[in-house]
Amino acid sequence: MTHFDGNLLAGPLSEVFSVDVTTAVGRCAGCGDEAVLAMAMVYESGTDFVVRCSRCDDVLMTLVRGEHDLRVEMRGISYMRVPT
Amino acid sequence: MASVNTETPTGRSIMIDVPGWGGNLAGQHLDLRLSAPDGYQAVRSYSIASASTGDRLELAVDRLPEGEVSPYLVDDLLPGDQLELRGPLGGWFVWRPEQTTPVQLIGGGSGIVPLVAMARAHAASGSTARFQLLYSVRTPEDVFFKDELAALASPYFAVTWVYTRRTPEGWPTAAGRVNREVLAAATIPASENPAVFVCGPTGFVESVADSLVALGHPAASVKTERFGGK
Repeated sequence: MTHFDGNLLAGPLSEVFSVDVTTAVGRCAGCGDEAVLAMAMVYESGTDFVVRCSRCDDVLMTLVRGEHDLRVEMRGISYMRVPT
Repeated sequence: MASVNTETPTGRSIMIDVPGWGGNLAGQHLDLRLSAPDGYQAVRSYSIASASTGDRLELAVDRLPEGEVSPYLVDDLLPGDQLELRGPLGGWFVWRPEQTTPVQLIGGGSGIVPLVAMARAHAASGSTARFQLLYSVRTPEDVFFKDELAALASPYFAVTWVYTRRTPEGWPTAAGRVNREVLAAATIPASENPAVFVCGPTGFVESVADSLVALGHPAASVKTERFGGK
């Protein structure tokens, strides 16, 4: 399965956040790596996304689109630093 | 959609008028949504080839053989047709005219699109930052924006061509992939601390980015955008 990168999330995440979080630095809860979200690996299935750490491949985030909502699960990110 | 221009045997550029667009940064993309009569929807991201302040923007799309959206955009879309899009998107893979460091652009196939936007913004702003583009294509017929790239050549912007399957007649080097040796010979060296932008199919981007880091570029100086595919 091919993959993309975090740049692709700018559109879907604009439905959730008021700033562009693809430029935010996230800390991987698995390996502690800190990287800009745009550099994460993104796997796409239909309208759903799985976002993985580019260093350890742990899941950082999933986006699952339902009929009436977008479920954002972020347990793989211990924190994000968002440029202000 | 306002007009189209055939660029290659499988690709074309598309001019779109978006009331209220108001321009975009060089390198940004948009999400385009197509809806079938039965309600099925497909969303795809496309890099924007233009970097202007107006309400007209340009995309360039290559037809993917198994694609759901790109064959429609390349073969069926007509001037006057309506499109549903969201953007401009993305603040990471962008170049701003106030940046003065040297810039190395590396594009594979239709990965040239956001890099053309950067080259256009560079020329339009009168920037004297050193810009170099390495453009990898399969054959001479696969080049997007051929005439424009030639016209953009200046003391501050140079293009190196790499043909991976077939070269033009009389070309001094054999066809071959962009590897570490090519990058070492034809790109701005790490010692000059360039900002590097790499865009193209995922395999191309990752191979180039790995080689750049091996050549001494800090990983943080190499910005990448993966188009998927092989």
